[in-house]
Amino acid sequence: MTPRWIWRVLAAPPLVWLALFFLVATYAIVSVGMGNVTTLFEPVPHWNPLDWNVGYLVQAIKDVLPGGTTWPVAVRTVAYVVVAMALSLVIGYPVAYYAARYAGRSRGIVLLLLVLPFWISYIMRMFAWTNLLATDGYASKALNGLGIDTLMNRLGVMDGNDWLGGQSVTVVLALVYGYLPFFILPLYASLDRLDHRLIEASRDLGASPFQSFWRTVLPLSKSGILAGMVLIALPMFGDYFTQDLMSGSPHTSMIGNTINGYVQGGSEKSLGAALTMLLSVFLLVFMLGYLRSMRAEQRQATT
Amino acid sequence: MTDTTALERGIGAAPSRARRRRFQWRDPWGHPRGLALVTWIYILWSIVPVLLAIRFAFNSGRSRSAAQGWSLRWFWKDPNLSVFHDPTLSSALQQSLTLAFFAMLIATPLGVALALGLQRWRGPGSGTANVLTLLPLVTPELVFAVGLFLLFTTAFKVIGLGTTAQVIGHVTFSMSFVVVIVRGRLATIGGDLEEAAADLGAPPWDVVRRILVPLLLPAIAASLLIVFALSIDDFVVSQYLASGADTTTVPMRIYAQARAAPTPALNALATIMLTVTLLALGLAYLVFRLMTRGEGGGSAIGQLAGIEAGIDAGGSK
Repeated sequence: MTPRWIWRVLAAPPLVWLALFFLVATYAIVSVGMGNVTTLFEPVPHWNPLDWNVGYLVQAIKDVLPGGTTWPVAVRTVAYVVVAMALSLVIGYPVAYYAARYAGRSRGIVLLLLVLPFWISYIMRMFAWTNLLATDGYASKALNGLGIDTLMNRLGVMDGNDWLGGQSVTVVLALVYGYLPFFILPLYASLDRLDHRLIEASRDLGASPFQSFWRTVLPLSKSGILAGMVLIALPMFGDYFTQDLMSGSPHTSMIGNTINGYVQGGSEKSLGAALTMLLSVFLLVFMLGYLRSMRAEQRQATT
Repeated sequence: MTDTTALERGIGAAPSRARRRRFQWRDPWGHPRGLALVTWIYILWSIVPVLLAIRFAFNSGRSRSAAQGWSLRWFWKDPNLSVFHDPTLSSALQQSLTLAFFAMLIATPLGVALALGLQRWRGPGSGTANVLTLLPLVTPELVFAVGLFLLFTTAFKVIGLGTTAQVIGHVTFSMSFVVVIVRGRLATIGGDLEEAAADLGAPPWDVVRRILVPLLLPAIAASLLIVFALSIDDFVVSQYLASGADTTTVPMRIYAQARAAPTPALNALATIMLTVTLLALGLAYLVFRLMTRGEGGGSAIGQLAGIEAGIDAGGSK
């Protein structure tokens, strides 16, 4: 038997690395958010919790509450993400369902094509759309030719006919386009594991195809849907580059843009760090909820 | 699954034409045309824009939004504006490759060591170590990048922003991917050979060096290439830890110029980056397949898909 100490010796250097560059880095956000600034607005982190200054955190909380300066951005971010997640579900579920159950002999190629977008840089995929949605681009010509721009104007999600000119609809669709692959694959995995005998049983017991789907397939794939939802919600809430590339207008900016502006912009780093703390806590609630539902599911499966 | 489907469909197909049509509508095992249509439209939607962006890279004109003949002008033929002659573009390519190279060389051994340690280490501390390994995978990339940025501008000012910081950032987020890949492989190998070697008197380091590392080679090779691809595709961490023009990477260059209406040289740059990434991944797949040939088990492509799908909540791309 190999002695035990060797495993700890092997694990030590990478764990020290993670402690330094992940844990301490995360703590740096807290220290700066709870810290102070010099007269030149350079952040002075307070590493000792006893020295914490809650001023920036209070400011950040006031900002995101109704009436604060960040409130409209926060509301917009939630609205964009919720709509983008709903669209992802509507588009992604049929795709995952088809790939898992009906693709048959073409399953290999379908799976390959579903995985491919993962490995194409996100920025490159957004960049492709800036080519197509430019005023003389193929996509904007086609969309305007079909009168989709007029329709979107009527629906109040677009203003004018420049698709890259600060349109909510473009930003939301770009988010869907960017993150949908991350939703489809975990859902695919859960649908693929689904026991086919249960669907057969429901049909044999007289359920219509719709009932069978609604009462058997859908409940059984709930964990896959949840996993996919969390997987796309986390990066969407922290996204700033999609908005920058597809619109760039302050009328469509998201919370990620606000943080990015504070932290990379210059004099408001401490406020940016405090806002990052708030966002992390908000997202932590998501992740914990997700973990809890997964555990509940597992317990259900074992009893 | 395929067999059952074929069988059921065969039974359903036996009756008359009219009945068969009605049957298809009701038969849950029939081929749902609507679903197939949605799927293929989605696939086209997800891939065609990228193909068009690649197409425009070969334009002979200056347009990035319409096809204008074919040429290699934007790759190297143009004496001023092509990727190889415009210093801002070629230096971005160089920086991306440099970061990917170092990230690959550092993250892989660290990740392999961590995977070995976590797999066999039982007792106090191992649970915490496991959580610490998985945390970077579920941390939103913006939070991760802000943390590193503040770290390198305050406590670790000695290192500061720049190439070193960028490499450290890439290593930190890709190490966990290596751990997942290697642990998958360790689970398939099992502990028998290692125990046999130890029973026969091999010293601990020899067990690692002469038994485990050779058995892990396919996973190590795949890890190297996957870290390379992750690093090349990264945008947020590179941007936050950059210190100036000479630390600009390809995704950063695309981000900065996408809306500034430059020339198809930007498409050419993106095309080169995409080709390099897909080559690395294709190679990772091939190497893994060749080296694990005859072992049976899951497909490597499924594993690559699973790695991304299962764990990457931060959206590393």
